[in-house]
Parts: sequence; structure tokens; C-alpha cells
Amino acid sequence: MAKRPPDKQTSWKSSRLNDPRIRGWLAQAAVLAILIAAIVYGIYNVSHNLTKAGITTGFAFLSHPAGFDISQTLIPYSSRNTYADAFVIGLLNTLLVSLLGIISATVLGFFLGVIRLSPNWIVAKMAETYTEVIRNIPLLLQVLFWYLAILSPLPGPRAALHVGGAFFLCNRGLQIPRPIFGENFAATPLALFAAIVLAVVISRWAKRRQLKTGRPFPSLTCGLALIVAMPLIALTATGFPLHWEIPALSGFNFKGGITVLPELIALWLSLTLYTATFIGEYVRSGILAVDKGQREAAYALGHRPWMTYRLIIIPQAMRVVTPPLISQYLTLVKNSSLAVVIGYPDLIHVFAGTALNQSGQAVEIISITMAVYLFISLIISLIMNWYNKHYALRGQ
Amino acid sequence: MKGIRTLAMASAMTALLVGGAVAGTLDTVKEKGYVNTGVSGKVIGFSSPDAKGEWTGIDVDFGRAVAAAIFNDPTKIRFTPVAFKEAFTALQSGEIDILARNTTWTYQRDTKLGLEFVGTLFYDGQGFLVKKSLGVKSAAELNGASICTQAGTTTELNVSDYFVSKGMTYKPVVYESADEATVIYDSGRCDVYTTDTSALASRRSTLGNPKDHLILPEVISKEPLGPAVRQGDQQWSDIVRWVLFAMINAEELGITSKNVDEMMKSTNPAIQRFLGIDANYGEYMGLTADWAYRIVKHVGNYGEVFDRNVGPATALGLERGVNALWTKGGLMYAPPIR
Repeated sequence: MAKRPPDKQTSWKSSRLNDPRIRGWLAQAAVLAILIAAIVYGIYNVSHNLTKAGITTGFAFLSHPAGFDISQTLIPYSSRNTYADAFVIGLLNTLLVSLLGIISATVLGFFLGVIRLSPNWIVAKMAETYTEVIRNIPLLLQVLFWYLAILSPLPGPRAALHVGGAFFLCNRGLQIPRPIFGENFAATPLALFAAIVLAVVISRWAKRRQLKTGRPFPSLTCGLALIVAMPLIALTATGFPLHWEIPALSGFNFKGGITVLPELIALWLSLTLYTATFIGEYVRSGILAVDKGQREAAYALGHRPWMTYRLIIIPQAMRVVTPPLISQYLTLVKNSSLAVVIGYPDLIHVFAGTALNQSGQAVEIISITMAVYLFISLIISLIMNWYNKHYALRGQ
Repeated sequence: MKGIRTLAMASAMTALLVGGAVAGTLDTVKEKGYVNTGVSGKVIGFSSPDAKGEWTGIDVDFGRAVAAAIFNDPTKIRFTPVAFKEAFTALQSGEIDILARNTTWTYQRDTKLGLEFVGTLFYDGQGFLVKKSLGVKSAAELNGASICTQAGTTTELNVSDYFVSKGMTYKPVVYESADEATVIYDSGRCDVYTTDTSALASRRSTLGNPKDHLILPEVISKEPLGPAVRQGDQQWSDIVRWVLFAMINAEELGITSKNVDEMMKSTNPAIQRFLGIDANYGEYMGLTADWAYRIVKHVGNYGEVFDRNVGPATALGLERGVNALWTKGGLMYAPPIR
């Protein structure tokens, strides 16, 4: 074979197609085009087949009256309201149990994680046993256990267990007094808010002064006193405009007060107890990940164990704990959909359950529901990632 | 439960995605060799397995009648228990051929969901089950009661309508399945369990102590329970509709599973037409001339099916009532076969 003419070789070499960047773009464009084509085809096919099957499509049903009632409504709702309202009720109920669960599971989880490392053998072993038992039982069983084995066999409303005639526990749930706010009650929360702001200001000032002069100031005691005293003063000054509506037995059920549904209690308890075991393990691993020298150095500087934990160990442990904590929060939100097995009216139960069957709009409702869970999860991820970035090690 | 639903949804979506040209249901059924019937699987008297594991119930017998008309063999059938919430999707997506699941025929279900109800197999109405110890004698006394019911049913809507119209309040407690609602009602979480009266009778027979519970006299809704098929396959809906009519007509003509062979010698033209002796009426639906004979021979007429499953001699002990033939003061009336 004759030698390739050098000019031809140059032109081949300089071809744009040979540029790895351009090739990369082309490949990505091709993948994107295939993806879009697949999505468009999917949407077209679903709508085509739905039309062919004679199934009405579209989101118009959201403004139609729902016609069914819901057992727990955080905002006013009746069966005359629309499907969109029912969706909001379900969403709020999901958010309620998720938020309650996240708060209580975090508190219990941190507590578990810390005491599992306690030098006290019995305390540490108890925490370990609890963790190992609870996290190895499927959550579904725990939900059913709390609901069917603990809350359902409680006595009926007429024989309810009660504390001081104001709190009642029966198989219809927990009845608690409802606060009724009178005139000028707004002064009290305002005073509380002002006290909190003041306490923060004082603590910052005290910290600065201590750093500068070394003189300590009892900012914690002072702040707490403010937070307790200021609202009390406001309450007294406005003449106690707060009354309690005590639940009372009337007919079949309790009237008045607030009813905490047994379904909510069971779901909240099981989500808390289950998730806390995982959080506890993350906290424990986070604490163990902090170098022993850090603790020893803190002791050498004269910090007490509590201050060592607060100032040295926990801040460093949080860097290890936060990423798995995010996924645990996400899991908790998604696990809250186990509500369906005990009839807690969460988003899945109300919207992807009852509303789906009453309206027959399966594709639309499932799409909305999936989008909502995706949205909630992304928001949580966003917040926690921001937190993580804020506290991540810098300069490494 | 969640998994099952997810699966059903996924399969429904997949079916919607891939479902291209579909052959007629009758051809598909003949090809696979059985009728796939979606049933509740849990309501005694309608569809439930008995002590020997045999399926029994009105809905089950209706499915067998369809299989008998097509295959001359009532055992060429498969019963797929579908949860209420997946029932319509399962039918829409082609997972089942017939839905015979004591399902109420309503306007929206018929027009909006791509389904076609072929008739009424059982005229029912919604009632209330309460514990006798509550001392309640009428539904008008139920103000403020906690009421257990099943999600996504007409029951859920009727009870809301009823309490709104009476100016009363109630606390709904809604479960995924009727099983769960019954168990929870029995545990005392609710004062009342509400569903169709036939199902109340069926459920009551499964409670710890059936005698402690009372079905209130009020019937608050119309619940015509009937089999449904997918919309758009006229041949298949004709077959399923006329199987139902054949069962009713057989009772009216006095043809039973016991005397059907003797009836072949009958000189009554209506009976001769029915049994396909001198004309082939079956071919208009893609069936054989003896399609109706097969139904009565293998399964029986409507009255036999009723008595066998829910009649006075069974655990449910229901009277014919509105489900009697029109000639006996009931609502069961079928167009003639001619």
C-alpha cells in the first residue's frame, strides 16, 4: 500500500468528530433525544390507550366535590369540598405525622446513641438491646402491633382511662383539652417571642464578654427566667384570656377538646421508635469517629464531660452523622405511607386510595402523589445538604 | 397490601403503555382456555373459598355460568381475588375478563371508567350494623357515632350523604379492606359498621358472637350489584349480559339444573328457543346453540344460585325480597330470548 498522503491524514486528524469534547456532546445529545422520545411515546401511548378504553382523563376532577369524609382534618373540610381540598387534607396529615416523627425520632435517637456509649454497663446494654430488637422487626408489624395489640384493646369511651378528668385515653384515641384563646391573648406569644430574642442577645453578649474579659455571666439561667417570666407577666396583665375546653362524654363519643386519633398515635409511636434506633446508630458511629485525642485534649483543658460533648465531640460527630440522617428522614416520610394499613388518613390513604377509587383517575392521581413525595424528599434533602455544607470541614 | 396495589398499578400502567391492538375478549379467552374472573374472595355468599378450598358464592357461580356457556365446562375458570381499590384498574387493564365482585352499578362507574355493567345480579342497599349493647334501634339515633367503613366504596359516599341530609354528624374510620374494618369494628374502635346489608349479614356471621350484633332496619341507598366488563368489546359484553339474562329466564321458564334434560322434550316454544333445540341463537354471540342449556345444566338458574349461596338455608339466611322474579313481586326481569 502506498503511503497515505500527508495532507489527507491531517484533514482526518483535524476532523471535528475526533474532538473528544464534541463527541461527548454528541453522545449526550443522542441519549437525551432517546430519553425524550421514550417519554413522549409513553405519554402519547397512555393517553391514546386511555381514550380508546373510554376512560376520561385530565385534572378537571380536582375541582369536583369529593363526597367523602375524612377522620382527621387539620383545616376545615366536609364532604362538600373538592378533591383538591381532600388532597390538601391528606398532604397535611402526612406532613403532620412526618414532622412529629422526625422531631421525636431525632431526640430519642440522639439519646440512644449517647447512652449506648455510656460507661454504665446496664444502661449501655439496655440501649443496645432496644436498638437490636426494634430495628430488626419490620416496621409494618410494629405499626400493626401498636394499633391492634395496644391501642385497640383499650376500654371504650364510657370506661376511658383518665387523668384528672381532663385527659382521656380510650379506643377512640386520646382526648385532650382544647385551648380557647380570648381577647388580647396575642400579647402572650408576643412576649414569649420577645423573651427568646432577648435571651439570644444576652447569650451572645455574655459569650463575647467572656472571650474578652474572662468574666462569666449566667446567660442560660437568665434567659430561661426571661422566657418563663415575660409570657407569665403578659398573661396576668391581660387578665388570663385563656380557657380550656374539657372533653366530656356525650352520646357515643367525647365532645369538645381535641381528639388525637389512635391511628395517629400508633403510626407516630412506631415511626419514632423504629427510626430512632437507626439515628441512634448513626450518632454512635459519629461519636466513635471523633479521635480519642480530641476528648483527652478537652479534658486536659479542664472541660467537664458535658461541655466536652457539647463543644468538641458533637460538632465533629455531626459531620459524620448528617448524611445518613438525611436519608433516615427521607425514609421516615416515605414510611409514613404505611398509614394505609391502619386507616390513618394520610396522602396515600385519602388521595391515592379513596379519591382514586371515587374518581377513577388512576394515572393522574398516582402521578400527583409520586410528584408530592418527590417534592417533599427533595426539600428535606435540600435543607439537610445546606446544613451539611455549612458544617462540613473547610479547607481540606 | 401496599405491594399488591403497587403491582396492580404498575401492571395497569404497563398494560396501558404496551396495550396495542387487542383481539376480541372471547377469542383471547378461548385461546387461553379459561375465563379470568375478578372476585372479592372474602364475602361469604358472594365469593369465598369454603372449608374444602372450593370457591362458592353468587359471584363465583355467575363466573362459572359464563365459563359453562363458552367451554361447556364450568371449571374452565380462574378466580382472581382483587382488592376493591384495584378492581376497576384490573378490569381496565385486561388483567381480568369479568369483574364479579358485588360491585355497585353507578352512573360514574358506567360512563367514566371505561367499564360496562351488564345488569344486576343482586339488588342490595346499604345498612348499619351495631352492637346490641348500645341500645340503638334506628339509624336516626346514630348522631355522633364512629363509623367503620371501607375506602373507595359507594358506602363511604352514601354514609356522608345520609348524615348530611339528616343534619347529623359522625366520625368516619376508613380502612383499606372490609376484613380490617370488620375486625376493628369488633374490637370496639367504632360504634357502627356500614356496608351493603347482604355483606353485613355475611360479615356478622364471621364475628366472635354474631348474636350480639344487630342490623338496623334502615336501608339508606340503592346498591344494584352486578358484573362488569371492559367497555368497547360488544361481543363480550353481550355474552356476559345474556348469561345473566339466561339464568333469570331459566327460573321464569321453570328450567332447573335437575330437569333441564327432560325440558329438552318440552313443546313450549319459549323453552325450545331457550335450549337451542330448533334454532341456533348462540351463534350471534360467537357461541354454540346450546349455550343456555350449558348454563342451567352446569350451574343452575338464578333461583337455584340464590338459594344455594345466600338463601334462607345458608349462613346468611336472606329472603328473596326484591331479588324475587318480577312475576313474584321482585325486580328480577330479563328480556326474552327470541
